[in-house]
Amino acid sequence: MPEQRVVLRNCGVINPGRIATYLAVDGFKALNKARGMTPEQVIQEVKDSGLRGRGGAGFPCGLKWELARNAPGDTKYVICNADEGEVGTFKDRYILANDPFMLIEGVTLAGYAIGADMGYIYLRAEYQYLNDSLVKAIGQAREQGLLVDFDITIRQGAGAYVCGEESALMDSIEGKRGEVRYRPPFPPTKGLWDQPTVINNVETLMNIPQIMLNGAGWYNDMGTERSKGTKVFSVSGDVSKPGVYEMVLGSPLRELVEGLAGAERVKAIQIGGATGRIVPYDMMDTPLSFEDILGAGAITVFDESRDMVDIVHKTLQFLAEESCGKCTPCREGTEVMAGILERFARGEGNERDIKDMERLSQAMMLSALCGLGQAAPNPVLDSLQYFRGEYESRMQEKRGSVAR
Amino acid sequence: MNDHLQVSSSQYNDKGNLLLRLEEAQHRLGYLSEQTMGELAESLGISVSEVYGVATFYSFLSTRPQGKYVIRVCKGLPCCLKDSHMVISAIEAAIGIRPGDTTPDGKFSLELTNCIGACDSAPAMLVNSELHVGLTSRRISRILKTYEQASASDRRGG
Repeated sequence: MPEQRVVLRNCGVINPGRIATYLAVDGFKALNKARGMTPEQVIQEVKDSGLRGRGGAGFPCGLKWELARNAPGDTKYVICNADEGEVGTFKDRYILANDPFMLIEGVTLAGYAIGADMGYIYLRAEYQYLNDSLVKAIGQAREQGLLVDFDITIRQGAGAYVCGEESALMDSIEGKRGEVRYRPPFPPTKGLWDQPTVINNVETLMNIPQIMLNGAGWYNDMGTERSKGTKVFSVSGDVSKPGVYEMVLGSPLRELVEGLAGAERVKAIQIGGATGRIVPYDMMDTPLSFEDILGAGAITVFDESRDMVDIVHKTLQFLAEESCGKCTPCREGTEVMAGILERFARGEGNERDIKDMERLSQAMMLSALCGLGQAAPNPVLDSLQYFRGEYESRMQEKRGSVAR
Repeated sequence: MNDHLQVSSSQYNDKGNLLLRLEEAQHRLGYLSEQTMGELAESLGISVSEVYGVATFYSFLSTRPQGKYVIRVCKGLPCCLKDSHMVISAIEAAIGIRPGDTTPDGKFSLELTNCIGACDSAPAMLVNSELHVGLTSRRISRILKTYEQASASDRRGG
C-alpha cells in the first residue's frame, strides 16, 4: 500500500513562508465554502466524514464540536494541541514547519463551527524554533482578511510532557501547573477558563479543510469501518529511512515499517510511544487502525540486537519523571515500576516482582486520573506477554554462579 | 465570591497569567531568583509558594542561574537507540561539566531532556531554542565552538 497524502499534501509543495503559495493550491477555499453554510451544516459534514481525533484518544471530532456548539456560554475557545511530547512522535513538528497555513485554516474552521472568536495554538517549549514562522503565517492570514471575527494566538509551553493531555494543557494556558483535571465536566462544556472549548490535535485540524473541500463521502471512502481517512506516522529507531509517512488507516504495520521505512531484522515495535503498545515481529501484519493499534502514530522500531527489559525500563523511568503527581496510582505506581525494572536491568529481579507489576498495572489502569497513568502499564504488560523470557533470564535465582 | 470575580476579570489579560510572567522574567533575567518570584507573587496577589510551584513544575523554567547557552541533550528512547550516550560524553569532555551543571565562566549549562521530537534524525539536542540533529562527536565539537565564538564576540562587542 503506497503513501496517500491528504494531511501532508502541501508539505514540500508550498513555501511555508508565503501564503500566496498556499492560496494557489486551493488554500482557504474550504473556509470560504464553510462560511456559505451554517455552522450546524459544517459540523454535520465533519460528523459524516467519520474523522476521529489524531492525538491518540480517537474521539469523534464532529461530536466534540457539536457538544461545544450546543454548550451554553458567551465565550468559546478552540485550542490546537501542538504539545507533541509523546516519545517518538514528530509528525506535528513536520506539519508545523512545512504547512502552517492549512492548520490555520483548520483552526479557523473549527472556530466558525463552534462559535468561538479566539483560537490558541499551544506549542511545546521544545519547538520554540517554530514559533516565528507560525507567528508570521498567522500574520499573513490576518492581513489577507481570512480571519474574520476570529484570531489565533500562540501559547508556548515550558517543558512538561503531561501538558499534551488536554485538561493539563488548559491549566497551563491559564498560567498554572499543568495538572490533570477531574472529569466530567469535559472541555466541550467546561474547558479553558471554564468556557466551552474544543481542543484538537494538529493533525486532526489539518484534515478539516480537505473534508470541507472534497466532502464527507470522499473522506470516509478511505479507511476501515471505524477508522476513516489517513494517518500520519512518525517512524524512528532501527530503520534505514526514518521519517514521516502518511497512509490510509487500516494499512498493515509491515507496509509502513518494512515497506516504507526499510526496517530489517525487526524484533519488536513500540506503537504510540511510551504509553503505547509493544508488539513482537510476528504481529507485523496488524492493521494500523483505532480497532487495532494506533495511538498518535509514533512507531519506534527495535531490531534483534535490542534488550526489551532495558527498553521498558527507560520507558517507565520517563513516565515516572513526567507523571504530574496529582493522583496516587500514577505518581507512586510509575515510581515503583521503574524501581522494579531497575532491579531487572541489574539482573536482580524475582518472580514476585513480576506479580507485583501485574497487580499494580491493574490498579493503575482502573484508578489513574488520566491516560498517562492508565496506559503507563502497557509497555510492562506487553513485554511480559511477548518477551517474558527476557525478564526470566534477569532473575537472581536463575543467574547461577555468574552473579557472584 | 469577590476573589473569584477578581480572577475572572484579569483572566484574559496576560498580565495576570503566572506562567507567561515567569517565562517573560526568565527570558529577561536568565533565571527565576527568589527575589523575582517574591515580587511576582506580590504583584499578582498570590502566595510565593504558588509561584514556586509553577516555576518548578516546568523543565524549561529554572530557579538557579543558567549558562548563556543551555544545552539540552535528548535522552528519549529513539535518541538512546542512536547512541545519545556518546553525545553526553562528548559534551562533558568538551566543556568539562556534568548534566545539571553550569561552566564556571557561565557560558554553558548542560541538561538532559525528554523527547524533543527529532527522532527521525537522532541523536539530537537543543542549544537554547536551536535544534541540532544527526550528532557525531565531530559535529558536536564544531557546534560548541560556534557558540564559544559567538559568546566571545558578544563580549568584545560590549
